[in-house]
Amino acid sequence: MIKITHLAKRFGRIDVLRGVDLRIARGHVVGLVGPNGAGKTTLIKTLLGLTHADGGMIRIDDEPIGGSEDVAYRAQIGYMPQIARFPENLSAAELFAMLRDLRGASTNLDEELVTKLGLESQLDKPLRVLSGGTRQKVNACLAFLFRPKLLILDEPTAGLDPLSSAILKDKILAARSEGTTVVITSHIMSELEELCDEVAFLLDGVVRFMGPVRELTSSTRQANLERAIAALMIREVA
Amino acid sequence: MTGVVRRVVRSQLRDALRSRWLAVYALFFVLLTDGLLRFSGSDAKAILSLTTVVLIVIPLITLVLSTISVYNAREFTEVLLAQPIRRSSLFAGLYLGLTLPLAGGFVAGVALPFLVRGGGEPSQRAALLTLLAIGVVLTSTFTAIAFWIALRAEDRLRGLATALGVWLVLGLLYDGAVLVVVAMFGDYPIERPLLAMTFANPIDLGRMLMLLRMDVAALMGYTGAVFQRFFAGAPGIALASAALAGWVLVPIALGARLFRRKDF
Repeated sequence: MIKITHLAKRFGRIDVLRGVDLRIARGHVVGLVGPNGAGKTTLIKTLLGLTHADGGMIRIDDEPIGGSEDVAYRAQIGYMPQIARFPENLSAAELFAMLRDLRGASTNLDEELVTKLGLESQLDKPLRVLSGGTRQKVNACLAFLFRPKLLILDEPTAGLDPLSSAILKDKILAARSEGTTVVITSHIMSELEELCDEVAFLLDGVVRFMGPVRELTSSTRQANLERAIAALMIREVA
Repeated sequence: MTGVVRRVVRSQLRDALRSRWLAVYALFFVLLTDGLLRFSGSDAKAILSLTTVVLIVIPLITLVLSTISVYNAREFTEVLLAQPIRRSSLFAGLYLGLTLPLAGGFVAGVALPFLVRGGGEPSQRAALLTLLAIGVVLTSTFTAIAFWIALRAEDRLRGLATALGVWLVLGLLYDGAVLVVVAMFGDYPIERPLLAMTFANPIDLGRMLMLLRMDVAALMGYTGAVFQRFFAGAPGIALASAALAGWVLVPIALGARLFRRKDF
């Protein structure tokens, strides 16, 4: 579904992405891992068109994307950013209505998470009075609201309590079983192990490894993903 | 596409109308105008005093509030950018969503005390309308400048400092610089350079337009006298208005261009 070739991006003098090649098959859940500053968020933002690449190509369903006015493809993307900050004086219900309005979306919305995360009682309060975790729940609901074919989740469970985190993970797996493609970044390896079909290990702006979790653990002879990634990082740095 | 702009503006307005800063801003103009009308004796004097305050306060408050709100909306802007809408439409929506409440707060705040007095002295209505128009124009200009600054500087503190610097230069230091030029080159025919200097500052332009309208330009400094001599009557007002329009459109165009190209 997504084919990224030789993607390059430089901020000032820093090469953040230095030729990223990545293929993500339809209906797969792919975890992006790598140390801080490896380029995970930049990769995601380039995929969304928030950041313009300096070189390379991204194709979604064989259609090359890019150009600031090329926007139609985003209708099938659900994005959950790392930090959730919304207009303070609006309520979550108004926020949902606004985005529905902006997308001109149909009535066929996925509001399952709102119920499951117990957000109904919070829907009419101004977003400014909600706690950070509750805002993160609103953020999660937004990503799923329009039944996207591609979900992009940047550290989705950060700031969520264990119960909500489990509900969100179940939702991700349910979306996957319906054929949704998912790209996740996370620093919680057990979570990626649980969710992902494949992981892509990003270091210094290049994909160093891409494959199933099992392959990574066996090739590094480690017991779990966390140790396998740690082993990879040590090997790459050494 | 205009539908998208309208939808963004609508939700921005809903957010702004519930915020405290807008109420305080409008209330400030109500109290100021009411006080001046009470104590100035005549509407003409009140409008003249009001002009002085408006020319300082609007650029300052607009720059500060707009810069802060662009920074505060940064994360939400990213959410909006990830929607299937064009950046140019989004920029138009965000810009209007900031400019309209500020301009509306100013107009409502100044107009209300006049309205409760039955519209004020009929002879001063044209001057009052000019003042309102200049206030709206300056709001539009400085929101656009604030947008540009906040998009340009990643660091909030630096952005806010730049915004204050712009206000300090255009609002306060500029007149001082004009005076210095006059003092140093007073023996030469410097009318034309002075005119050029006026056109280079939207606040000065606004002041000039207001003074030409009220026919008191000679009272308010050297540039005023020069301006009146060169552009007595309709051509001068037309030229200054055209320049002010430029001061609105150019910052908007620059801000929109930056917004389209920026990496968020």
